[in-house]
Amino acid sequence: MVRACPYSITFESALRCGVRPLFECKKHDMIELFGISVSAQPIWLTLKVALTTTVILLLVGTPLAWWLAHMRSSFKIVLEAIVALPLVLPPTVLGFYLLIVMSPNGALTQFLHVFGFDGQLTFSFAGLVIGSVFYSLPFAVQPLMHAFEALPMRLLDAAATLRAGVLDRFFSVVVPLARRGFLVAGTLTFAHTVGEFGVVLMVGGNVPDTTRMVSIAIFDHVESLEYAEAHLLSAMMLLFSVVVLMLVYGINRRFAVKVG
Amino acid sequence: MLKGDLSLKQGDFLLQSGAFELETSGISVLFGRSGSGKSTLLRAITGLDKHTRGSLSFNGERWQDSTWRLPTQQRDIGFVFQDAALFPHLSVRGNLEYAVKRAPAGGSSLVELAERVGVAHKLDQSVTTLSGGEKQRVAIARALLSKPRLLCMDEPLSALDWRAKGELLSLIDGLARETGVPVLYITHAPVEVERLADRVVFMAEGRIERIETLRDALARPDSPLFDEEGPVSVLEGVMGTTDADGLTPFGNDRLCIRLTGTCGEKKSATRLRILARDVSLSLENPGQISILNHLEVVVEAVHPEVGGRVSVACRLADGQLLLAEVTAYSSRRLSLQAGQQVYALIKSVALME
Repeated sequence: MVRACPYSITFESALRCGVRPLFECKKHDMIELFGISVSAQPIWLTLKVALTTTVILLLVGTPLAWWLAHMRSSFKIVLEAIVALPLVLPPTVLGFYLLIVMSPNGALTQFLHVFGFDGQLTFSFAGLVIGSVFYSLPFAVQPLMHAFEALPMRLLDAAATLRAGVLDRFFSVVVPLARRGFLVAGTLTFAHTVGEFGVVLMVGGNVPDTTRMVSIAIFDHVESLEYAEAHLLSAMMLLFSVVVLMLVYGINRRFAVKVG
Repeated sequence: MLKGDLSLKQGDFLLQSGAFELETSGISVLFGRSGSGKSTLLRAITGLDKHTRGSLSFNGERWQDSTWRLPTQQRDIGFVFQDAALFPHLSVRGNLEYAVKRAPAGGSSLVELAERVGVAHKLDQSVTTLSGGEKQRVAIARALLSKPRLLCMDEPLSALDWRAKGELLSLIDGLARETGVPVLYITHAPVEVERLADRVVFMAEGRIERIETLRDALARPDSPLFDEEGPVSVLEGVMGTTDADGLTPFGNDRLCIRLTGTCGEKKSATRLRILARDVSLSLENPGQISILNHLEVVVEAVHPEVGGRVSVACRLADGQLLLAEVTAYSSRRLSLQAGQQVYALIKSVALME
């Protein structure tokens, strides 16, 4: 049943002009725990968005963090501030701007049309991922940047004098010595994406079975006074968050590499 | 031949080497005070700093010119850093294998070289458990295992105590002679120059002031090598056999300096260091005197007075130069002049192991 919530009404026209669900999940897949049953779709979608975002952010965030870590120009503080913005900006503000840029007539969509892209970014899986990438950017870049800053550059010099090329140096020296940074960045990005609400609501639009993520599903359940379902999902998120944080602190202890 | 003209700006410091030609055989020592640009020059030569400008060629092979720079990893250089720069995530063996994996085949094996530098029993340890001296030994082995055509060393002994310093100096000297790999060695310690150098590159204020053989560098009275302890002579020779009195001769068929104590055990030593202030001059051979070594020498030059003292260059029987430092008063009293035959009394010598 498609239940009307304020957002899905607002975006109804957009829905009609063709949202193609990128992630198909049968409407009736249900998870039952303690006699309460909730739709499995938001859980799977959340995990898929979080995983995709984490992979993209590790790929994009690594060169960005490296560049920032070794930047000597005073322009660095401007870039650091921009990267850190999602930490302080209300998610709705970020979501609003992303919505503008990603709307069918927005700059990003028009730009992608040049490359033959004919789909839509808002209210789709792609939109969710793009929004999440921006929203979780600091959680990937900052741990990586700190790990890279702590890396003694003369170890890379030593590797170069031992005939290691650029990529060889990255995989044989940087990755093992900064592994803690990579693990923390990956874990935090994943967890933070799982927990986001504002941006995915603005960009994704809470389309049931398509862009409804767990945090929004909880909101919906509460609105409909379905407290049992809200309890179940909230408890799952709580447990997940505690586990993730323990993992992060565990990584911080266990994988500390003594340098020097 | 290492030939070039390099400049490199690092913060407020500007290296402008000026045109230089450096023979690449044996050990060349870059000598200068801290801040004179030795390390910067070495980074420029090795290509480790991408902001290096100018030109450089090694044995006719172009390494850098105004538009192009050969990456460090393709220059076939070895580098021993001041703090060893071992990879902390790898064991001793892992560090050495890192070099072997990326080097052309042939030459000494990992285990052979580990034995030669004295770390064979530490191969499976973490590098973080090693002492400073052991770290440098591993770093030297690692650099040599990469089969370099030029071995650069940036003050590798500065963090070590005197005993480890002595052991490593003779290891470095020995390895350079055995492998034939030319060495570029940075130091600000005159003793290390006198122990190792075939030639010296003097640096000051980011410039190469001059390149000369150690012998020439020690022959001029204003040599920067004398800033610390005054003029010094380095005599070359070989160790003889210890006699019944416990004295060991050092020198050659025309020079004999007798050494006491444990010096006799250092059979491989080839250099003797004598401070000019430990050498006195006498017009006649004093027979009844406790000083062990008195040698007949010919005064070559009496240098101008500095602070009431003059340094006198004397030619030994085998042609080597011995510097003596006497007061200007004594010099006048003995009316020392070039060509005069006198006796040099050597109060103390240091064998450089």
